[in-house]
Formats: sequence, C-alpha cells, structure tokens
Amino acid sequence: MLRILQFLYRIRSFLLFVLLEVLAIGLIVSNNSPQGAAFFNSSNAVIGSALKTRSDILDFFSFAEANEVLIRENALLLEQIKTLKQEPDSLPIPLDSAFQSQFQFTGGRVISNSLRFAQNHLTLNRGAKDGIKPGMGIFNQDGIVGRVKSVSENYAVGISLLNTGLLVSSKIKSTENFGSVNWDGKNSKQAKMLYVPRHVKAQAGDTIVTSGYNAVFPEGIRIGIISAVNPASDPNYLDILINLSTDFSRVNYVYLVENNQIVELDSLYKKSEVVNEF
Amino acid sequence: MNFRNFILHTLLLLLLGLIQILFLKNLALFGVAFCFLYLLGILNLPIPIPHFPLILISFGLGLAVDVFYDTIGIHAASATLMGFLRPYWLKATSPTGGYDDSTKPSQPEMGIVWYISYSLPMVFAFSLVFFTADQWGSGSFFGILNKSILSSIFTVALAIIVQLLFFKRRRGI
Repeated sequence: MLRILQFLYRIRSFLLFVLLEVLAIGLIVSNNSPQGAAFFNSSNAVIGSALKTRSDILDFFSFAEANEVLIRENALLLEQIKTLKQEPDSLPIPLDSAFQSQFQFTGGRVISNSLRFAQNHLTLNRGAKDGIKPGMGIFNQDGIVGRVKSVSENYAVGISLLNTGLLVSSKIKSTENFGSVNWDGKNSKQAKMLYVPRHVKAQAGDTIVTSGYNAVFPEGIRIGIISAVNPASDPNYLDILINLSTDFSRVNYVYLVENNQIVELDSLYKKSEVVNEF
Repeated sequence: MNFRNFILHTLLLLLLGLIQILFLKNLALFGVAFCFLYLLGILNLPIPIPHFPLILISFGLGLAVDVFYDTIGIHAASATLMGFLRPYWLKATSPTGGYDDSTKPSQPEMGIVWYISYSLPMVFAFSLVFFTADQWGSGSFFGILNKSILSSIFTVALAIIVQLLFFKRRRGI
C-alpha cells in the first residue's frame, strides 16, 4: 500500500497534468455546442467591463464612420416610413393578430470580436437587463453577423457567423431555392452555401438572403453574394461559395432581433414531431 | 526563488496576459501567424521551479486568457502541455556543465541560439495542440501545420525582440 502511495507521489506532476488536460478538454467540449450556456466566458461582469473599456477607447477612433453609416441607415428608414405611413382615414381599422409584429428589434454594440479562429465569438454590451435572450439573431446594416449564445446581466456572448458550428437557413433571392450557409473556417470574407441540389440554376452574382425558415432571422436579411458555383464532391449538391456582405473585421454597432412567436412555433414543431434544428 | 523574484514574475505574468488580451487578440500576420506572447511568462520562469506548481501556473494562465478569447479550455489545454513538457525539454537542451542554479532560461542570459532551440519547439507544441483543438474536424492537417509553424516562428521572434528591448542583462559576479 505504501509502495503504491509512494509511486503515486512520484508521478504526481504527471497525474496533475492528465487531470488538468481532462478538465480543459471537458471545458472545450461543454462549450462547443452552439446553444449551450457557458459559465466562463466574456459575458462575465468583470471581463465584460474590461472589454468594454477597451472598446470604448478604440471606438473613439471610428465614431465618424459609425455616424456616417447610421445617417445613411436613418435616411433609408425614413423613406420606408413615408411609404408605409398612411394619411389618417375617417374610419380607423384595428389591426388583427395576423398583422401583429412578429419580430422585435433592439440595438447594441460589439465590444469584443474575433475572426481568426475556427470558432469565433463576439461580445455585446447588452444583456438580460435589456431584454436580450439566448437565440436572438444579430445583424447589422450590411448583413447578418451571428446569433446570441448566452446572456448575463449586462453582457451577451454571440456566436459569429464565422463559426463552423453555426448554420443559417438561407435562400437564393432570385430563384427562392433554400439551403444553409455555413462557414468553412478558412477565409473570414467567404462562406459556403450547403444543401443546394444540382438542378438549381445558381449563378455567380446572385444575392443570398435569410429564408425566414429558422425563425431566428426575419426573411430577406442579406448574407452575401455568390462568387463561384462548382459541382460538389457529393453528387447531389452544388458547392456554392459566397462573398459575405458583412465585413467582420469592422463589426461595431449591430441590431438584435427577437421572434415573438418562437415559443408558439417551437411547441407546434414539437407537437407535429418536426425536428427543426436551425 | 526569493521574494523579489516572485513579485517580479507575478507582475510579468499579469502584464503579458494583459498585453495578450488587449492588443494581440486579433493580430494575425497574413491571417495565419498568430502571436502567443504570454507564453514568454511560462518559458522564462526560473529553472529550479518545481514541476507541480509550474503545471498549475500554466493551466491558470491559459484559462485566464481563454476567458477573454471565448475559446474556453483551448489555451488552457495547450499551455498545460507546454508547462508539463518544459522540465524535460530543459534537461534535453542543457548546455555542457548543466545550468547555473540562479540562471533563468531567457534570451539575455543564455544567448539567442540556445533560446531559439529551447523556445521554438515548446511554442510549436503549444500551437499544434491549440490549432488542432480549434479546428477540430473542420480544418485540414496541413492547414493546422501551416498555422502552427508560422505562429511559433512569429511568437518566438516577437518574444526575442521583447526581451532584447525590455529585459536587462543581469551582471554576474
């Protein structure tokens, strides 16, 4: 018995090494699911505030540019309001539930972002306090950015579209054929559109937008433009390469979108036994 | 290790961690050469430091960087491996006559050739584990190898530059 204990004491550093490695791999695996809530990440209050201070300083240099973008966005929205808003009629017609807005939007700022790894994340300066929930979609004026993964009181961590674990339901705008956009982990400016069958006539230059099927993003938010279409190694599908419309190296101010009816949709899917992953 | 050295090393670890988190997070030359400058803190710990605390320090430092990188566990796993390998590699690269008890395995004290032969394989081992874990199942082997080789070269080059600029050579008696 004593010999065993002595032996164990002699190899104690190796045992510690194995223990810590197993612990680290456990952390990697438990953090790897795109939906899983993680405890140790940048949505933690202390870490979030450190990252926010850093971002506050760095953002000071890009204010002019951010303003420019916001002004352009505002002008566009004003134009849309003008066309939507009708002059008051003598007979008010109350909107029924079919017209109820399905999506709710809020704004936020990215305080930390990465784009060089295979699993990239971003941190936002909005949290549960501001009504952010896991599963909400993130996009900006150029196109989609990602999806909220976990939320703390003041901060939220999102999975970037530049994350091999995130699939976004999408469609080719001109032909309405749908597929999934997934990043292949190589170039931060390009992604792949998967599961588009061979017979589809996709061309370089076609726009890819969200399909609205996954109930995270509303229909029609830009993702990118097709840059090349090749036959894939799988004989059933095309290999479509997309130039992403969002410049992930400069993502700063973003919008968050929440689907109000996601609970209803999910329970419906469950009742009809449809497995809706994305 | 006396108390002054202990404080100095703690400060060095903190400072390197901060620099890594605040400035080097999104730095990647040509998109492939990453910089893991905080490894300098593990590489330059005094030679007689016991194995057990060394592994613990490596793990702690890796985990701290991980939290900011949102890559929980990946830095920790790779840094732990590096901490584990360090004494064996130090033994393998020991110069004739062995180490002086008070020397540190740093560039100003041991010379640039020895330092490269000591740190490059260690950082390479770190990078290999790091990129394998990061691109698990999605990256090709050559992509991982490419990133690991370039990142270790870049990290070691920067580590040497930092030591040349900021570390004073201690005068021996």
